[in-house]
Amino acid sequence: MTTATLAPDRSATRRSARGGRRLDRYSGLGLGVAMLWFSLLVLIPLTAVVVTASEGGWGGFWDAVTNEQTAAAIRLTVGTALGVTVVNVVMGTLIAWVLVRDRFFGKRLLEILIDIPFALPTIVAGLVLLSLYGPESPLGIDVHNTRIAVFLAFLFVTLPFIVRTVQPVLAELDREVEEAAASLGASRFTTFRRIILPSLTPAIAAGAALSFARGVSEYGSLVLLSGNLPMRTEVTSVRILSSIENDNLDNASAVAAVLLAISFAVIVILDIIQRRVIRRG
Amino acid sequence: MAERRPGRYVARLIVVVYLFLLVAWPLFLVGQNTFDGGLENLRSIVEDPDVVHALRLSLMVAVIAVVINTVFGVGISLLLVRYEFPGKRLLSALLDVPLSVSPIVVGLSLVLVYGGRNGWFGPTLEDAGIQVIFATPGIVMATVFVALPLVIREVVPVLEEVGDEQEQAARSLGANGFQTFWRITLPAIKWGVTYGVVLSLARSLGEFGAVKVVSGNVLGETRTATLVVEEKYLNFDKGGAYATAFLLALVAVAAIVVVSVLRPKEEDR
Amino acid sequence: MSIEISNVSKRFGSFVALDDVSVSIPSGQLTALLGPSGGGKSTLLRIIAGLEQADSGSVRIEGVDATGLPPQKRNVGFVFQHYAAFKHMSVRRNVAFGLEIRRRPKAEIRERVDELLRLVHLEQFGDRLPAQLSGGQRQRMALARALAVEPTVLLLDEPFGALDAKVRKELRDWLRRLHDEVHVTTVFVTHDQEEALEVADEIVVINDGRIEQIGTPDELYDAPANDFVMRFLGPVTQLGDQLVRPHDLVIHTGDPEPGAVTGQVSRITRIGFEIRVEVTTGDQVVVVTLTRTRFRALDIEEGRRCGSGWRPRRSLTRCASVEEARCRSRHAVTTPSGR
Repeated sequence: MTTATLAPDRSATRRSARGGRRLDRYSGLGLGVAMLWFSLLVLIPLTAVVVTASEGGWGGFWDAVTNEQTAAAIRLTVGTALGVTVVNVVMGTLIAWVLVRDRFFGKRLLEILIDIPFALPTIVAGLVLLSLYGPESPLGIDVHNTRIAVFLAFLFVTLPFIVRTVQPVLAELDREVEEAAASLGASRFTTFRRIILPSLTPAIAAGAALSFARGVSEYGSLVLLSGNLPMRTEVTSVRILSSIENDNLDNASAVAAVLLAISFAVIVILDIIQRRVIRRG
Repeated sequence: MAERRPGRYVARLIVVVYLFLLVAWPLFLVGQNTFDGGLENLRSIVEDPDVVHALRLSLMVAVIAVVINTVFGVGISLLLVRYEFPGKRLLSALLDVPLSVSPIVVGLSLVLVYGGRNGWFGPTLEDAGIQVIFATPGIVMATVFVALPLVIREVVPVLEEVGDEQEQAARSLGANGFQTFWRITLPAIKWGVTYGVVLSLARSLGEFGAVKVVSGNVLGETRTATLVVEEKYLNFDKGGAYATAFLLALVAVAAIVVVSVLRPKEEDR
Repeated sequence: MSIEISNVSKRFGSFVALDDVSVSIPSGQLTALLGPSGGGKSTLLRIIAGLEQADSGSVRIEGVDATGLPPQKRNVGFVFQHYAAFKHMSVRRNVAFGLEIRRRPKAEIRERVDELLRLVHLEQFGDRLPAQLSGGQRQRMALARALAVEPTVLLLDEPFGALDAKVRKELRDWLRRLHDEVHVTTVFVTHDQEEALEVADEIVVINDGRIEQIGTPDELYDAPANDFVMRFLGPVTQLGDQLVRPHDLVIHTGDPEPGAVTGQVSRITRIGFEIRVEVTTGDQVVVVTLTRTRFRALDIEEGRRCGSGWRPRRSLTRCASVEEARCRSRHAVTTPSGR
């Protein structure tokens, strides 16, 4: 058996013994099969989107994307996703804080509530929100077919992301660090701002990136809730779908390429954040 | 340090109210709407052969997708954690792509490649008698695509945590690769795999957008449970929509509860 | 007296961490709180720092009643076992933290930080992140950070506990020298009696939430108040019904002297420069430690090696007599020897 240990990079090996053996015949074959499947399922189809989008040339792409109705949809999607992410940064951090630092009856139930948007079918999520914030709202709040409905739907489906990225980091935080700050004279607020928050920033940023990406790509929860009114409540995914249904795949691909670019940007950001965290140790 | 401050109660109250208004109450109302005519809504959907067919199709697709994603996910996790190869980091980043791609784009991308008329591979496959788009294979592929990272995301951290000392010990005691995997690695990661499977199942059963694009949505043939919800609601059969949504929500909530019940057990192992 | 602790008690649930503890810690000295894990010494230190609230009793620091004061207002420096470094800040920023909180002028902060980094020999490392330092360096940084605010008292909680043996010893010597330079009233917690004996001016032995004895290292070693202190401060062996130090015993060969105990040498172990001899007397095994020189002069051997191999064990042991050497207040024994 060939054993090849990586040169121990102190900062990287602290947590886990990453890396390891070189590929042998079986693992090489396994990787080949996995890559073939992954290519057929994900890489080639996504490449097809980009290729189809570029077939019409830059002009065609630009025309498709800047079409009045499409541009409005992209503006609404990105703007709402940004707004929702801002809310999530505050609420997600607060929820994570309460879940880690507070203890009270029913906390387990809150933990379950937070994961539900992740597992709930998006069409059901739309229906769920419609039952409280739709025409038959027991609260008398009817937001369906408005932009608020889009905001609400994004808020629902992105709920878990920041909570779930911040929570473990917060739980792992060394309480002694806060005590050290206190004994050096820092008030609770100063300790939070200068010690705790900087430690959480990478996790918050990672969660925010995921939350933004999820918001931008949302479709299912809006179908019943937002009414998909052109120029008003129509999001990018809906625009793409109507292009597909009109058999205009070039147009659909052009708009889809915009969404893909956003997804890739998010992945690059996440990777950068992860590397910075490893450096800090 | 004393944490007996009013701030704590304010934070707790805000969080509870927020989650109640955003998740708990709306979810409860779906249940209430389902049962507001007694069991009538539920009965009407289980007696509708098209709905039953859709539920069965969703379940079948979900099971196939989960099996594929589990085998693929565990395999690729092992490769990522235990082996070194060029492009590993890129692959690791690409594996998360499905999480942030719009389901409509997923559907579109599959249509572009496997579409029967103009797809890259579609016509060739169709000549060989294999229809992907507007048929079950397309639905399965779309479902596998969207749920692909879930098993990997659960298993990779566990594999890293466990380390490979036990595996090396097993090999030094004469176990071959398969024996090592079956008797040492798999038991060590079984909870990670379980969470991944449960989450994948919930996600697969509930996929909507991607399936809508690739399935063709043919009543009694390629219409899945989530498509039924939309169709019923838009056709003013709200009772049927709520009842179907209730069944799907039940599975999702059950999945989350199962994971939440299992997790602490693993911690005091 | 610099720190006055009066009748302090602290419980965690049903566990009694401190039970009516009163102690005075003198100004300008290096005091060790010594005891086994879970004995309450860290809790006492944290109560002095305000990181823990006592259930009852009071704490006065330099004449000021600090019992109800939050840690921010106590002006104490606290050093943690695991460094508690601010990971996202450079070494300089870590050290400057307390001064920035106190809104000192920038120039003053820079000057003071430079001075402290020199003091802890980290002047080359100011711009590094804590993750890029070794454990010993991180702890020196933590010490500089605590000293930066010119604390009334410096509190160290097992400061060298997370370091390996060699670094621990170096830092221990260094702490002693540092204290001789800086003279700030210092209290440190340790479970390592050697560390306490070597570094401290005064030692407070704490066990089971109670103070067992307070005194200088010599007083504690030479006149332990009870068996617990005796056992905790160094190796002991049982001779008859007395506890004695193994190196306070002498071995005679030949005719037993009056008052001595006789037995058979059952085992000889060499540990570096010292030799440990186990002597079986009746149903007791008495441990005696000797220097190599003394051991050679005595010419004793473990049976198996000296005897003529054909009748093992029984034939081979020499007779040895064991006798108490130094006189002790609580262990009235026989003759002092020339040790």
